[in-house]
Amino acid sequence: MTRLPFPAAPALRMGAIVKRFGATTALAGVDFEVAAGEIHALLGQNGAGKSTLMKILSGAVAPDGGSIQLAGAPYQPRDPLAGRRAGVGMIYQELALVPHLSVAENVYLGMEPVRSGLLDRRAMRIGAAAALAELGAEGIDPDSVVGMLPIASRQLVEIARAVAAGCRVLVLDEPTSSLPKPDAERLFLTMRRLAGRGNAIVYITHFLEEALDVSDRFSVLRDGQMVATGGTAGVSTQDLVTAMIGRPGGAVYPSRSRTPGEPLLVVDDLAGPAKPRRASFTLRRGEVLGIFGLVGSGRTELLRTIFGLDPVRRGSVRVMGVAGPASPHSRWASGVGMVSEDRNREGLALDLSVADNLMMSRQGSAWVTEARQRAATSPLIDRIGIRTESPFVPVGRLSGGNQQKVALGRLLHHDVDLLLLDEPTRGIDVGSKIEIYRLIDALVSRSLPPKAVLIVGSYLPELLGLCDRIAVMHRGILGDFVAVAETDEHRLLLAASGAPV
Amino acid sequence: MRRNLVSFGVLLGAYLLFASLIRVATGEFSFLAAANLELVLRQTAIVGTASLGMTLIIAAGGIDLSAGAAIALATVVVAASLNAGLAPVAAAGLGIAAGAAAGAVNGLLITGLGVVPFIVTLGTMLAVRGVAKGLAHEQKLDAPASWLNGMLAALPPARRWLVFPPGVWLMLLLALLVAVLLNYTRFGRHVLAVGSNQDAARLAGIRVDRVKRRVYLLGGTLVGTAGVLQFGRLSVGDPTVATGLELDIIAAVVIGGASLSGGEGWVLGSLLGALIMTTIRAGGSQLGWSNWVQEIVTGLIIVTAVAIDRIRHRREV
Repeated sequence: MTRLPFPAAPALRMGAIVKRFGATTALAGVDFEVAAGEIHALLGQNGAGKSTLMKILSGAVAPDGGSIQLAGAPYQPRDPLAGRRAGVGMIYQELALVPHLSVAENVYLGMEPVRSGLLDRRAMRIGAAAALAELGAEGIDPDSVVGMLPIASRQLVEIARAVAAGCRVLVLDEPTSSLPKPDAERLFLTMRRLAGRGNAIVYITHFLEEALDVSDRFSVLRDGQMVATGGTAGVSTQDLVTAMIGRPGGAVYPSRSRTPGEPLLVVDDLAGPAKPRRASFTLRRGEVLGIFGLVGSGRTELLRTIFGLDPVRRGSVRVMGVAGPASPHSRWASGVGMVSEDRNREGLALDLSVADNLMMSRQGSAWVTEARQRAATSPLIDRIGIRTESPFVPVGRLSGGNQQKVALGRLLHHDVDLLLLDEPTRGIDVGSKIEIYRLIDALVSRSLPPKAVLIVGSYLPELLGLCDRIAVMHRGILGDFVAVAETDEHRLLLAASGAPV
Repeated sequence: MRRNLVSFGVLLGAYLLFASLIRVATGEFSFLAAANLELVLRQTAIVGTASLGMTLIIAAGGIDLSAGAAIALATVVVAASLNAGLAPVAAAGLGIAAGAAAGAVNGLLITGLGVVPFIVTLGTMLAVRGVAKGLAHEQKLDAPASWLNGMLAALPPARRWLVFPPGVWLMLLLALLVAVLLNYTRFGRHVLAVGSNQDAARLAGIRVDRVKRRVYLLGGTLVGTAGVLQFGRLSVGDPTVATGLELDIIAAVVIGGASLSGGEGWVLGSLLGALIMTTIRAGGSQLGWSNWVQEIVTGLIIVTAVAIDRIRHRREV
């Protein structure tokens, strides 16, 4: 890999890009520029045009107007392979690796070096090791099988693949949404390192705090137009939100006025199959509790055990004073609902309709007709603002934010008293996030009788903004709940990473 | 709903095209004439009835490879019961019960052992066939004639007002019941939810294992009914009959637009699928096609029908 000195022209310049899909204009003359050696955050709500712009850059979609230059040279990729050959590497959120092949085989997937008709395994191994070294990831063995690597390492393999292909413009689409904090930090160091070597890095994320920390510059897309661009120094997340939603957002998190009532959920010395190892707490009506933990801390397993998806090994779970046998079926029956962190795998049946998904836990009557389904779901769809043509559209066709509202809407349709929410806003746009925050607050502060909510997550600003009390989960053990006013991000992070508080 | 109408049009069109092709080629045989439609329906009734159960099973994300063996078992049970002096009604009831028992075993093994349906029913396909052979002492069991033999026979002149023989009417009635069950009841929603995403269904409080056991039980009951019809057609209990028929049944459901990955099933489509397969066979013979040509055509139709369905799906999403 020979590296050219920094070119004078920006590494990437997209000018007046226009893209229409039928009657809708996805991009209305967008300018976008990234210099070599720069990390550039590309922000915007879902549907703002980020992914269309990046698809045009990668060659997956052809623009209707405008031009692109790479390091001053005109660039018109016919397809993603041509884009990659020209030096544009895309690293997507859903990793495109083959789990059964080795790291080296994955790095060279689709461009395997061949010597006299056979795979040149030696060259692959050496090239992959060099690309990993460039990232500062010498610890990954080019011979190890990708499926056995932790997710953070897989991401590095994916980046190494782009580097090995000689890409100078790297696009990382939501790279940290499935990473625990320490891995995310390590990824940021890698990005820094790559930028330091003269690569241009486009960083797409919904985590605004991260975007400001990591990036040199940012650009905000809204409704197909570039509405803000500039250096990140001195910019606040509030400024970014305002640019993204087009009006001063007011508070992202709703203000709270809650009065706790009788206990709905009493968890006593609970232990599951492996995790949780120990958890005790009481959740009252009119309260939002948060459990903060990193991936692998047992936070999701705690919720699963409470909900009857995993068996109870020790201790008890009492719902409204009753400690019955636990199964998801019995939990719903006693007024408890859960939203899974994994919407696609566990949360929704994507090819069934919005109505079917909303009514999945409670059909109302043994007979199901379109008229009944419409009557049962239309008011709910309006109330929580699910944007869909009709209740009978397959839920998989909705945007991520709207899918999440359906997952949450099921709990509202069932009219549960107790909501267990696992990462309720993962991977959805800011607008939908704010709507979901307001909805949660309304359920607890303003409905009669008030509901109770337990949120599990790894995104601290959100937990601090929404919850009344927060506890930290670490290695399967749940700490004590502390009022949000008496703690802060710093202390919680320390506790989550195992430091004594 | 609109999708179903479009599919219906495609399937009916394919059927009519094929039928008219035969009419042009032979100049005499018309599949549109009531008599010929009756002939085709009579030959479709066994696969058609069994395909109703298979539609439920496939909609729930499962598969049943033991259906052919269960049909054979049912014929043996009916014949043995008649030989033991039982009334035809009781014999038919026991035949249906034999199919239901095979289905119940499938359901219990699948949910109890957590082994995938393909493997479990591959095993029960052999085991059920073995039970049938054991019961019949590896012979065909002749049985006294009864009204069961009239289920799928051509109607005698005195009862022409029925239009179709009782077995065909039974299939159509069961199809209506299964269609209502799948599309308009809570149980039907649960079946589709389990087939579409069983983890999501469990999280939503659906008792996934119970739904599966019921689906296999119902499927087995319908297969047992198909077995009684099979007995009626041949009036013997034959432990080697219907070998490989499960593949025809699955093909009918798949041609009818169901996805083998579960979450959808369309009862009318499955019946039309069964009808198309019979038409190819009957029509092919009329056209003087050799058996091997018919098999090639059947194979092509299965793949084409599913490919068309996939393309349409892709356009929708």
